[in-house]
Amino acid sequence: MAVASSKAAIQPVPDDRGAPPDLTKEQELKAFRDMLLIRRFEEKAGQMYGMGLIGGFCHLYIGQEAVVVGMQMALKAGDQIITGYRDHGHMLACGMDAKGVMAELTGRRGGYSKGKGGSMHMFSVEKGFYGGHGIVAAQVPLGTGLAFANRYRGNDNVSLTYFGDGAANQGQVYESFNMAKLWKLPVIYIIENNQYAMGTSLNRASATTNLAQRGSAHGIPGEQVDGMDVRAVKAAGEKAVKWCREGNGPIILEMLTYRYRGHSMSDPAKYRSKEEVDKYRTEHDPIEQVRQRLIAKKWSTEDALKKIDTEVRLVANEAAEFATHDPEPDPSELYTDVYA
Amino acid sequence: MPIEVLMPALSPTMERGNLAKWLKKEGDTVKSGDVIAEIETDKATMEVEAVDEGTLGKILVPEGTNDVAVNTPIAMILSEGEDAAALKSGKPSRKAPPDPAVAEEVAESRPRVEEPGAIKAPPAVPRQTPPEELDLPAGTETVSMTVREALRDAMAEEMRLDPNVFVMGEEVAEYQGAYKVTQGLLQEFGARRVIDTPITEHGFAGVGIGAAMAGLKPVVEFMTFNFAMQAMDQLINSAAKTRYMSGGQMTTSAVFRGPNGPAARVAAQHSQDFTSWYSHIPGLKVIAPYTAADAKGLLKSAIRDPNPVIFLENEILYGQSFPVPKLDDYTIPIGKAKIARSGSDVTLVSWSMGMTYTLKAADELAKDGINAEVIDLRTLRPMDIDTVVESVKKTGRIVTVEEGWRQSGVGAEIAALVVEHAFDYLDAPVLRVTQKDVPMPYAANLEKLTLPSVAEVVKAAKAVCYR
Repeated sequence: MAVASSKAAIQPVPDDRGAPPDLTKEQELKAFRDMLLIRRFEEKAGQMYGMGLIGGFCHLYIGQEAVVVGMQMALKAGDQIITGYRDHGHMLACGMDAKGVMAELTGRRGGYSKGKGGSMHMFSVEKGFYGGHGIVAAQVPLGTGLAFANRYRGNDNVSLTYFGDGAANQGQVYESFNMAKLWKLPVIYIIENNQYAMGTSLNRASATTNLAQRGSAHGIPGEQVDGMDVRAVKAAGEKAVKWCREGNGPIILEMLTYRYRGHSMSDPAKYRSKEEVDKYRTEHDPIEQVRQRLIAKKWSTEDALKKIDTEVRLVANEAAEFATHDPEPDPSELYTDVYA
Repeated sequence: MPIEVLMPALSPTMERGNLAKWLKKEGDTVKSGDVIAEIETDKATMEVEAVDEGTLGKILVPEGTNDVAVNTPIAMILSEGEDAAALKSGKPSRKAPPDPAVAEEVAESRPRVEEPGAIKAPPAVPRQTPPEELDLPAGTETVSMTVREALRDAMAEEMRLDPNVFVMGEEVAEYQGAYKVTQGLLQEFGARRVIDTPITEHGFAGVGIGAAMAGLKPVVEFMTFNFAMQAMDQLINSAAKTRYMSGGQMTTSAVFRGPNGPAARVAAQHSQDFTSWYSHIPGLKVIAPYTAADAKGLLKSAIRDPNPVIFLENEILYGQSFPVPKLDDYTIPIGKAKIARSGSDVTLVSWSMGMTYTLKAADELAKDGINAEVIDLRTLRPMDIDTVVESVKKTGRIVTVEEGWRQSGVGAEIAALVVEHAFDYLDAPVLRVTQKDVPMPYAANLEKLTLPSVAEVVKAAKAVCYR
């Protein structure tokens, strides 16, 4: 039943707008490396979870890498990023240290939150990453508040507020849309539509499934973007960032994407077919797309790309090694950081 | 028979007002709907319409009279056929307060936004004599001001000091505050820093917290804390926990303020005390002042505090006046209780509106030779339990007084702490005076029954004294 109904949920990737603008060689190589780091990191995290080193909930980002890596290419210093609980990719994309992220996953003192936050609750003020929020859609008003602060201060920074297709049905999203448009706040609402809110496909949960239009009642423009193509994400991101920096208020980017893994580590993902997952993996994989272009344009070789893979595997392995042997927080840490 | 026109109550908590102006003079014909007078409440100037038809026979309270108690006869209306002689003979046929429900604010040119709760009925709570301000240095000059003015001054002073401080909430700017607490702030600080929000508690609480994460200092007004339940997730999950979850990296320095607790005649959904709810949460600070001086000093401290602060005000206290120190920068430390009245026989502990019952009860007890010590907690989290314990060590007896419900209430926490820290000093069980275990009723008599009363505090205090 579930499998049958979910097949209708597969979103066609928009193909009526032609190929997005090409990336330069350097950009392609950077996108390849950054996306691959997220993938290898997440694979490692999945493995560590299986070994019992990571506890609780662990939501992997595998398959969605092009979204955060493409958006990051459109940003400048001082722009803010905030997201929900599927947040490891966002942190790596904005330059947070893989060791610190992994050590947080294992609940160790070297983690970004000293081991007190875990997978869903990490922050880096330095890198402009404002979490890591565990309550579905709670980050949407918060991200709107980050944009409010930009406007209050009169700077031209932009808040990238990420949330999923599941969160898109929460009331506070629309409360935020209303205020963002009313006050012309520089916020890009990035809806990562991976087509499943936990086990519920978009069309089983949403009366209308074009999430880019969810701001239309508030006059917020929106666009569907092929979230599996880092070029398309970057292009849409640059356009949206420009829109916000120029004082036009909020904008929505619906990233059509797909997560290869279950909702969390404990999810066998029985609500969708193996064929559906395979189709995305083989036909739309964001990293594979970049690899093929790099090879086709002779900007790289199989060997060179394999070398990059080895390098990022090393980063992931070192992070895992650190996160395995870093001590747990000192017991005295139980009582710190409650109040300033 | 002539009809008496009575001074109307124009808000749920109005007890008295100023008769600003008569728009009809003696001998004028009035008909239902005619505006006959203007009355100033502590929040606004309101027009009063006649309900009865006839001739304005006599004006009993001249214009310009201040502090006219609600239900005081202010004029007599002669029915058709009556003449002035009727004014002298006998009692009036019936009392007829003008219909305040149709009163309109003249100060506002746009449609009046209904304040929470319908207008009517004076509250059962009498005015209190301000307590002695024991924590002021001797000789400090004071000025009398209402709690409302003290809160406004606290915000204005902090906004002058720190450009990152701003105020947001429903009706805080152009309307000047649903309860007029933010009066004048828009005029001084402009629309950038005094921001009217849509009716969207969950959303704007989150926006405020997000702005705080980015380093601003929002003062978020909830029109009442009843509506803050809509924002509970943001207050607890986003504001209170972020510092801990981030290992100390991220602070959310924000104040969430507004009236809390039973108001007057607004029934179950608009009349509730949330003190124990918030005091349960690590990461929050919770303040509930009683006097204007404490309101001012503590709100200034709350705005400067790097943590999220829940600042619980009380609608009935807004209009009450207290001496406030005339100091350029008057702050009160968060987390310090105040001995509002020294005594040796029994400890009475309360805060906010509960202090009105408690102080009056202490007066009553004194007449019977019981010398009560009254502690105003002022801050609920962190709670100054040391002051309470020290007092109990002296008196051996304690009664807590709160407007919230009994189960898992603040009184239950105080009782547990006193048993833990002063068990050997107790000469009687700890007693709690609380609201009864029912939703707030609307009917005036039931409302009075459900709330704590002076008599209940007196009875409990005598019980622990075995008197």
